[in-house]
Amino acid sequence: MEERILEVKDLHVSFHTYAGEVKAVRGVNFHVKRGEAVAIVGESGCGKSVTAQTLMKLIPMPPGEIKKGEILFNGVNLVNKSNKEMESIRGKDIGMIFQDPMTSLNPTLTIGNQIMEGLIKHQNMSRSDARNRAIELLTLVGIPQPEKRVDQYPHEFSGGMRQRAMIAIALACSPQLLIADEPTTALDVTIQAQILDLMKELQKKMNTSIILITHDLGVVAEMCDRVIVMYAGKVIETGTVDDIFYNPQHPYTKGLLRSVPRLDLNRDEPLTPIFGTPPDLLRPPVGCGFTARCESAMRVCQEYDPELNDISSTQRAACWLQHPLAQNRAGS
Amino acid sequence: MIRYLGKRIIFMILSLFLIVTATFFIMKAVPGGPFTSEKNVPDEIKAALEAKYKLNLPLHEQYLDYLKGVITWDLGPSFVEKSSTVNDMISRGFPVSAHLGAQALLLAIFGGITLGVVAALKHNKWQDYSAMLIAVLGLSVPGFILASFYQYFFAIKWGIFPIAKWEGFEYTVLPSLALAAMPIAFIARLTRSNMLEVLGQDYIKTAKAKGLNTVTITVKHAIRNALLPVITYLGPLLANILTGAFVIERIFGIPGLGREFVISITNRDYTVIMGTTVFYAIILVVGILLVDIAYTLVDPRIKLSDAGRE
Ligand SMILES: Nc1ncnc2c1ncn2[C@@H]1O[C@H](COP(=O)(O)OP(=O)(O)OP(=O)(O)O)[C@@H](O)[C@H]1O
Ligand code: SF4
Ligand SMILES: [Mg+2]
Repeated sequence: MEERILEVKDLHVSFHTYAGEVKAVRGVNFHVKRGEAVAIVGESGCGKSVTAQTLMKLIPMPPGEIKKGEILFNGVNLVNKSNKEMESIRGKDIGMIFQDPMTSLNPTLTIGNQIMEGLIKHQNMSRSDARNRAIELLTLVGIPQPEKRVDQYPHEFSGGMRQRAMIAIALACSPQLLIADEPTTALDVTIQAQILDLMKELQKKMNTSIILITHDLGVVAEMCDRVIVMYAGKVIETGTVDDIFYNPQHPYTKGLLRSVPRLDLNRDEPLTPIFGTPPDLLRPPVGCGFTARCESAMRVCQEYDPELNDISSTQRAACWLQHPLAQNRAGS
Repeated sequence: MIRYLGKRIIFMILSLFLIVTATFFIMKAVPGGPFTSEKNVPDEIKAALEAKYKLNLPLHEQYLDYLKGVITWDLGPSFVEKSSTVNDMISRGFPVSAHLGAQALLLAIFGGITLGVVAALKHNKWQDYSAMLIAVLGLSVPGFILASFYQYFFAIKWGIFPIAKWEGFEYTVLPSLALAAMPIAFIARLTRSNMLEVLGQDYIKTAKAKGLNTVTITVKHAIRNALLPVITYLGPLLANILTGAFVIERIFGIPGLGREFVISITNRDYTVIMGTTVFYAIILVVGILLVDIAYTLVDPRIKLSDAGRE
């Protein structure tokens, strides 16, 4: 199935703050195919969450603004949709899981109630049908004694169970696309593995596409088909998991891989963090955003921003080193 | 729950006992008495009067007598208004005060919450600024000044409402407004800041991500959570309205218990002062217990148990 359920084209998102315009997302392109799991990785502040929330138009507007670009969901552009129209897409066609299960559930409503809301809204279920479905969903996400748990409040759930409940909420209406923004970052390691297994299992069962945002490259390798690497509000490299892990092209991706421990490579090789900090998005650089931290930076990097160039049929990278002309030079 | 309530009620009785004791001894310690103003009373008459009101007995006997009275809800005769007992005065004045207080309370709660919610939803727009202007005025202008201000404009200048007395609904409007002004302002500010905080919470984003509409999100997810701290304020609010009524009833010539209380203080009418103090204390203590119970009904995280908060 080659169908693209999501295609993001040249997306620009800014926040208008007192200090000026924060250009959080600066021309992002990517797509997600049906049934595929795509990872978005990149260091803190590079615009992963803003990108993800913009897909559902969940960023606060104002101060946020979609300056430019298209978000094609099943071929329909969401950027022009009104808030009312978005309401019938959110939760029904696209579900979302957030980072911190401790704060993403309403403390004064029962878990069941919070799962039922979406069902009642999007599937016109009666309360009792919705309740039964909520119990089914709790069973599906592996919560024991769901008949009892459905009437409990979030504070009666552990962190891992809350995240399971969040997954139940997000998947309640069987959305075609699930966006998970660091779903395991706030959980401890053993629970992380369980939650990932659960998501993988449900993805197979329901044939949902997943966008998984994470810092954890291990999670990427385990769960995803393709990887999008973001840096300073841009996509700087995309490819299959194998492309990115075994044949990274962009110096930033290489740096990212060198900074995490790997079992499959030489263990004597020391871990090297990427030095420096990402550029200020209030005044983003004209050229390549990575120039200040890049070992291979050239003059052209400072003045011109490299486009994404095809490396292979599956892999693309935005770096002057991979520019077709540069390749020719090197070859001749 | 039952055990918690039992414990609370015992504490309540204990604090009431302390209040009765303290008021009794403070009253006795203050120099002067109800008959000081009646000049040139012959000593025999004074002695006879004191004997009649048992003021000649030793202090501890008077105290025990008084305690017995409070327990049997017999608060004694008034020294000054010789025809009525304190119980009479309470049953005469309290319904009026309760009416005024309830009206002010409702006004404060609904008015304050509405202002606060509107201000938060229209954050940094003109609705927000006007609501907060009203709130600042309400908080900084004392009730008695507001009351005179209302009387001047609404009664004297425009003649919309009567200036004083208590003879029908139109008489209740100005005093209720004056009494509610401060609490409205306080609740509005509290609600607004809580709403703003809640609207920034992750679970509001979750609710949006479910596709709920703005009204559902505001009412079901935001307001409910934002009002929890407002409920805690209801106890102090009750105290505020009770004490505020002393002055307001006086200004508007309302025959309520608050006015009786103020008059009894100028008259050194011991029994009335003590009786009404005890009565107010009971209302307040019971009110605070009710607020705590209400809180647990709204916030599932708080369970009334021995491990719970007091
Ligand atoms: N409401 C906002 N107002 C102003 N700036 C914002 C707002 N939300 C996000 N930003 C800015 O947008 C940029 C991207 O933030 P984003 O949350 O997408 O980062 P991220 O990649 O998700 O990082 P992390 O890994 O820490 O979650 C940051 O520089 C942030 O300061
Ligand atoms: S474009 Fe230049 S600065 Fe940017 S990553 Fe490539 S080599 Fe480094
Ligand atoms: Mg993020």
